[in-house]
Amino acid sequence: MPLLVIHQYLPTYLVFGAMLFGFGIYGLITRRTLIGMLIASELMLAGVSVNFMAFNRFLAPDPSVGQIFTLFIMAIAAAEAAIGLSIVVAVYRHYKTVDAEDLVNLKG
Amino acid sequence: MNGPDAFAHSPSLLSADGLVGLVFLVMIAVTLAGAYIAATSERLVRAVAGLVVCFTGVGGIYYFLNSPFVAMMQILIYVGAVCVTISFAIMLAAPEHKKKTGPSNLLSGPLAFMVATLVFGGMAALALRTEWEPFAKTSMGTVRDIGIQLLTVYSMVFELISIILLIAIIGAIVIARGGRN
Repeated sequence: MPLLVIHQYLPTYLVFGAMLFGFGIYGLITRRTLIGMLIASELMLAGVSVNFMAFNRFLAPDPSVGQIFTLFIMAIAAAEAAIGLSIVVAVYRHYKTVDAEDLVNLKG
Repeated sequence: MNGPDAFAHSPSLLSADGLVGLVFLVMIAVTLAGAYIAATSERLVRAVAGLVVCFTGVGGIYYFLNSPFVAMMQILIYVGAVCVTISFAIMLAAPEHKKKTGPSNLLSGPLAFMVATLVFGGMAALALRTEWEPFAKTSMGTVRDIGIQLLTVYSMVFELISIILLIAIIGAIVIARGGRN
Protein backbone atom coordinates (compact mmCIF):
# COMPACT_ATOMS: atom_id res chain seq x y z
CA MET A 1 0.00 0.00 0.00
CA PRO A 2 1.29 3.51 -0.76
CA LEU A 3 2.65 5.39 2.23
CA LEU A 4 0.48 8.47 1.78
CA VAL A 5 -2.85 6.65 2.06
CA ILE A 6 -1.77 4.51 4.97
CA HIS A 7 -4.29 6.27 7.24
CA GLN A 8 -7.17 4.56 5.48
CA TYR A 9 -6.19 1.08 6.58
CA LEU A 10 -7.04 -0.55 9.88
CA PRO A 11 -3.71 -2.37 10.54
CA THR A 12 -1.84 0.96 10.62
CA TYR A 13 -3.73 1.99 13.72
CA LEU A 14 -3.49 -1.45 15.30
CA VAL A 15 0.30 -1.55 14.87
CA PHE A 16 0.53 2.01 16.17
CA GLY A 17 -1.51 1.12 19.25
CA ALA A 18 0.62 -1.97 19.81
CA MET A 19 3.74 0.20 19.63
CA LEU A 20 2.40 2.59 22.28
CA PHE A 21 1.54 -0.43 24.42
CA GLY A 22 5.09 -1.77 23.98
CA PHE A 23 6.61 1.54 25.07
CA GLY A 24 4.32 1.40 28.10
CA ILE A 25 5.45 -2.11 29.02
CA TYR A 26 9.11 -1.14 28.64
CA GLY A 27 8.64 1.90 30.87
CA LEU A 28 6.62 -0.04 33.43
CA ILE A 29 9.41 -2.60 33.86
CA THR A 30 12.43 -0.32 33.80
CA ARG A 31 11.15 2.62 35.84
CA ARG A 32 12.17 2.72 39.46
CA THR A 33 9.93 5.47 40.76
CA LEU A 34 6.20 5.12 41.26
CA ILE A 35 5.48 8.24 39.20
CA GLY A 36 7.45 6.83 36.27
CA MET A 37 5.42 3.64 36.44
CA LEU A 38 2.22 5.68 36.44
CA ILE A 39 3.37 7.56 33.33
CA ALA A 40 4.11 4.24 31.60
CA SER A 41 0.69 2.86 32.49
CA GLU A 42 -0.92 5.96 30.98
CA LEU A 43 0.98 5.15 27.77
CA MET A 44 -0.46 1.64 27.79
CA LEU A 45 -3.97 3.02 28.27
CA ALA A 46 -3.44 5.34 25.31
CA GLY A 47 -2.45 2.38 23.13
CA VAL A 48 -5.56 0.46 24.15
CA SER A 49 -7.77 3.47 23.43
CA VAL A 50 -6.27 3.84 19.96
CA ASN A 51 -7.11 0.19 19.32
CA PHE A 52 -10.70 0.66 20.41
CA MET A 53 -11.11 3.75 18.26
CA ALA A 54 -9.62 2.02 15.22
CA PHE A 55 -11.97 -0.96 15.49
CA ASN A 56 -14.80 1.47 16.08
CA ARG A 57 -14.03 3.45 12.93
CA PHE A 58 -13.43 0.54 10.57
CA LEU A 59 -15.41 -2.48 11.79
CA ALA A 60 -18.14 -1.66 14.29
CA PRO A 61 -21.72 -1.42 13.07
CA ASP A 62 -22.44 1.49 15.40
CA PRO A 63 -19.46 3.89 15.47
CA SER A 64 -20.64 5.68 18.62
CA VAL A 65 -20.10 2.65 20.88
CA GLY A 66 -16.31 2.69 20.66
CA GLN A 67 -16.21 6.43 21.24
CA ILE A 68 -18.31 6.02 24.38
CA PHE A 69 -16.02 3.22 25.55
CA THR A 70 -12.97 5.42 25.00
CA LEU A 71 -14.63 8.23 26.97
CA PHE A 72 -15.20 5.76 29.83
CA ILE A 73 -11.55 4.70 29.66
CA MET A 74 -10.56 8.36 29.93
CA ALA A 75 -12.76 8.90 32.97
CA ILE A 76 -11.39 5.78 34.70
CA ALA A 77 -7.83 6.79 33.80
CA ALA A 78 -8.38 10.22 35.32
CA ALA A 79 -9.72 8.65 38.52
CA GLU A 80 -6.81 6.20 38.56
CA ALA A 81 -4.27 9.00 38.11
CA ALA A 82 -5.82 11.04 40.93
CA ILE A 83 -5.87 8.11 43.37
CA GLY A 84 -2.43 6.87 42.32
CA LEU A 85 -0.79 10.26 42.67
CA SER A 86 -2.38 10.90 46.04
CA ILE A 87 -1.00 7.53 47.18
CA VAL A 88 2.41 8.58 45.82
CA VAL A 89 2.25 11.82 47.79
CA ALA A 90 1.21 9.96 50.94
CA VAL A 91 4.01 7.41 50.45
CA TYR A 92 6.53 10.20 49.96
CA ARG A 93 5.40 11.94 53.11
CA HIS A 94 5.80 8.73 55.10
CA TYR A 95 9.00 7.25 53.62
CA LYS A 96 10.63 10.38 52.12
CA THR A 97 11.13 8.44 48.86
CA VAL A 98 9.09 7.33 45.87
CA ASP A 99 11.58 4.68 44.79
CA ALA A 100 9.72 1.38 44.49
CA GLU A 101 12.71 -0.57 45.80
CA ASP A 102 12.79 1.28 49.10
CA LEU A 103 9.19 0.42 49.96
CA VAL A 104 9.97 -2.96 51.55
CA ASN A 105 8.18 -2.80 54.88
CA LEU A 106 6.16 -5.92 54.11
CA LYS A 107 9.21 -7.94 53.03
CA GLY A 108 9.68 -11.01 55.27
CA MET B 1 -14.94 0.65 5.49
CA ASN B 2 -14.97 3.69 3.28
CA GLY B 3 -13.51 1.79 0.36
CA PRO B 4 -9.73 2.03 0.58
CA ASP B 5 -9.64 0.52 -2.89
CA ALA B 6 -10.85 3.81 -4.32
CA PHE B 7 -7.64 5.43 -3.02
CA ALA B 8 -5.28 2.54 -3.71
CA HIS B 9 -3.14 4.67 -6.04
CA SER B 10 -0.75 7.05 -4.34
CA PRO B 11 -1.96 10.67 -4.51
CA SER B 12 0.41 13.48 -5.41
CA LEU B 13 2.16 15.00 -2.40
CA LEU B 14 0.75 18.45 -3.13
CA SER B 15 -2.87 17.39 -3.54
CA ALA B 16 -5.26 17.53 -0.59
CA ASP B 17 -5.16 13.76 -0.09
CA GLY B 18 -1.38 13.72 -0.20
CA LEU B 19 -1.11 16.50 2.37
CA VAL B 20 -3.52 14.66 4.66
CA GLY B 21 -1.35 11.57 4.37
CA LEU B 22 1.77 13.61 5.12
CA VAL B 23 0.15 15.16 8.20
CA PHE B 24 -0.80 11.68 9.37
CA LEU B 25 2.77 10.38 8.99
CA VAL B 26 4.21 13.38 10.85
CA MET B 27 1.64 12.90 13.61
CA ILE B 28 2.55 9.22 14.00
CA ALA B 29 6.26 10.10 14.17
CA VAL B 30 5.71 12.86 16.74
CA THR B 31 3.50 10.62 18.88
CA LEU B 32 5.99 7.77 18.90
CA ALA B 33 8.83 10.17 19.72
CA GLY B 34 6.80 11.49 22.64
CA ALA B 35 6.07 7.96 23.82
CA TYR B 36 9.78 7.08 23.59
CA ILE B 37 10.71 10.12 25.69
CA ALA B 38 7.97 9.33 28.20
CA ALA B 39 9.15 5.74 28.60
CA THR B 40 12.92 6.22 28.69
CA SER B 41 13.98 9.74 29.65
CA GLU B 42 16.25 10.18 32.65
CA ARG B 43 14.26 12.91 34.34
CA LEU B 44 10.61 12.58 35.26
CA VAL B 45 9.77 16.14 34.20
CA ARG B 46 10.95 15.35 30.68
CA ALA B 47 8.94 12.13 30.75
CA VAL B 48 5.81 14.16 31.51
CA ALA B 49 6.64 16.55 28.66
CA GLY B 50 6.96 13.56 26.36
CA LEU B 51 3.63 12.28 27.64
CA VAL B 52 2.02 15.62 26.72
CA VAL B 53 3.41 15.38 23.17
CA CYS B 54 2.27 11.77 22.89
CA PHE B 55 -1.27 12.48 24.11
CA THR B 56 -1.64 15.47 21.79
CA GLY B 57 -0.57 13.25 18.88
CA VAL B 58 -3.05 10.56 19.90
CA GLY B 59 -5.72 13.27 19.87
CA GLY B 60 -4.73 13.99 16.29
CA ILE B 61 -5.02 10.28 15.46
CA TYR B 62 -8.58 10.38 16.80
CA TYR B 63 -9.33 13.14 14.29
CA PHE B 64 -8.30 10.76 11.53
CA LEU B 65 -10.65 8.16 13.02
CA ASN B 66 -13.70 10.42 12.51
CA SER B 67 -14.02 11.31 16.18
CA PRO B 68 -13.34 15.02 16.76
CA PHE B 69 -15.28 14.95 20.04
CA VAL B 70 -13.10 12.23 21.54
CA ALA B 71 -10.02 14.07 20.24
CA MET B 72 -11.10 17.20 22.13
CA MET B 73 -11.79 15.15 25.26
CA GLN B 74 -8.37 13.51 24.91
CA ILE B 75 -6.62 16.87 24.91
CA LEU B 76 -8.84 18.30 27.67
CA ILE B 77 -8.62 15.34 30.04
CA TYR B 78 -5.19 13.84 29.38
CA VAL B 79 -3.11 16.89 28.46
CA GLY B 80 -5.08 19.36 30.53
CA ALA B 81 -5.77 17.32 33.64
CA VAL B 82 -3.80 14.10 33.96
CA CYS B 83 -0.42 15.47 32.84
CA VAL B 84 -0.78 18.57 34.99
CA THR B 85 -1.66 16.37 37.98
CA ILE B 86 1.40 14.20 37.35
CA SER B 87 3.67 17.23 37.14
CA PHE B 88 2.22 18.50 40.42
CA ALA B 89 2.99 15.13 41.99
CA ILE B 90 6.57 15.31 40.67
CA MET B 91 6.98 18.73 42.22
CA LEU B 92 5.49 17.56 45.52
CA ALA B 93 6.93 14.08 45.85
CA ALA B 94 10.25 13.70 44.04
CA PRO B 95 13.31 15.09 45.82
CA GLU B 96 15.82 16.81 43.55
CA HIS B 97 18.64 14.31 43.84
CA LYS B 98 16.27 11.40 43.26
CA LYS B 99 14.53 12.73 40.20
CA LYS B 100 16.80 10.63 38.00
CA THR B 101 15.39 7.26 37.14
CA GLY B 102 16.68 4.31 35.25
CA PRO B 103 16.86 0.56 35.20
CA SER B 104 17.46 -0.76 38.69
CA ASN B 105 19.98 -3.35 37.55
CA LEU B 106 21.87 -4.24 34.41
CA LEU B 107 19.57 -7.06 33.31
CA SER B 108 16.24 -5.29 33.61
CA GLY B 109 16.84 -2.99 30.65
CA PRO B 110 17.44 -5.68 27.99
CA LEU B 111 14.82 -7.97 29.53
CA ALA B 112 12.21 -5.23 29.49
CA PHE B 113 13.13 -4.44 25.90
CA MET B 114 12.71 -8.09 24.99
CA VAL B 115 9.32 -8.38 26.68
CA ALA B 116 8.06 -5.17 25.09
CA THR B 117 9.32 -6.23 21.65
CA LEU B 118 7.69 -9.64 21.98
CA VAL B 119 4.34 -8.17 22.98
CA PHE B 120 4.52 -5.57 20.22
CA GLY B 121 5.59 -8.13 17.62
CA GLY B 122 2.85 -10.54 18.58
CA MET B 123 0.11 -7.94 18.46
CA ALA B 124 1.42 -6.40 15.23
CA ALA B 125 1.61 -9.82 13.55
CA LEU B 126 -1.94 -10.56 14.70
CA ALA B 127 -3.16 -7.21 13.36
CA LEU B 128 -1.46 -7.65 9.99
CA ARG B 129 -2.36 -11.28 9.39
CA THR B 130 -6.04 -11.24 10.34
CA GLU B 131 -8.64 -10.65 7.66
CA TRP B 132 -10.77 -7.97 9.31
CA GLU B 133 -14.38 -7.99 8.16
CA PRO B 134 -16.36 -4.77 8.56
CA PHE B 135 -20.05 -4.74 9.41
CA ALA B 136 -22.58 -2.54 7.70
CA LYS B 137 -22.82 0.82 9.48
CA THR B 138 -26.06 1.45 11.32
CA SER B 139 -25.26 5.00 12.42
CA MET B 140 -22.73 7.72 11.72
CA GLY B 141 -21.21 8.05 15.18
CA THR B 142 -21.77 11.79 15.41
CA VAL B 143 -21.73 13.72 18.68
CA ARG B 144 -25.53 13.64 18.62
CA ASP B 145 -25.46 9.82 18.41
CA ILE B 146 -22.98 9.66 21.28
CA GLY B 147 -25.18 11.89 23.42
CA ILE B 148 -28.32 9.88 22.71
CA GLN B 149 -26.56 6.60 23.48
CA LEU B 150 -25.02 7.97 26.68
CA LEU B 151 -28.41 9.02 28.02
CA THR B 152 -30.36 5.95 26.91
CA VAL B 153 -28.46 2.66 26.48
CA TYR B 154 -25.45 3.55 28.61
CA SER B 155 -27.16 5.79 31.17
CA MET B 156 -26.43 3.37 34.01
CA VAL B 157 -22.72 3.25 33.19
CA PHE B 158 -22.72 7.02 32.81
CA GLU B 159 -24.10 7.43 36.33
CA LEU B 160 -21.65 4.86 37.71
CA ILE B 161 -18.72 6.73 36.13
CA SER B 162 -19.89 9.92 37.83
CA ILE B 163 -20.03 8.15 41.19
CA ILE B 164 -16.59 6.60 40.64
CA LEU B 165 -15.15 10.03 39.85
CA LEU B 166 -16.75 11.50 42.98
CA ILE B 167 -15.38 8.66 45.12
CA ALA B 168 -11.96 9.08 43.50
CA ILE B 169 -11.91 12.80 44.26
CA ILE B 170 -12.91 12.29 47.89
CA GLY B 171 -10.53 9.35 48.26
CA ALA B 172 -7.63 11.29 46.77
CA ILE B 173 -8.21 14.17 49.19
CA VAL B 174 -8.48 11.82 52.18
CA ILE B 175 -5.36 9.80 51.26
CA ALA B 176 -3.17 12.77 50.41
CA ARG B 177 -4.32 14.67 53.48
CA GLY B 178 -3.55 11.87 55.94
CA GLY B 179 -0.85 12.66 58.47
CA ARG B 180 -1.74 16.32 58.76
CA ASN B 181 -3.35 17.79 61.81
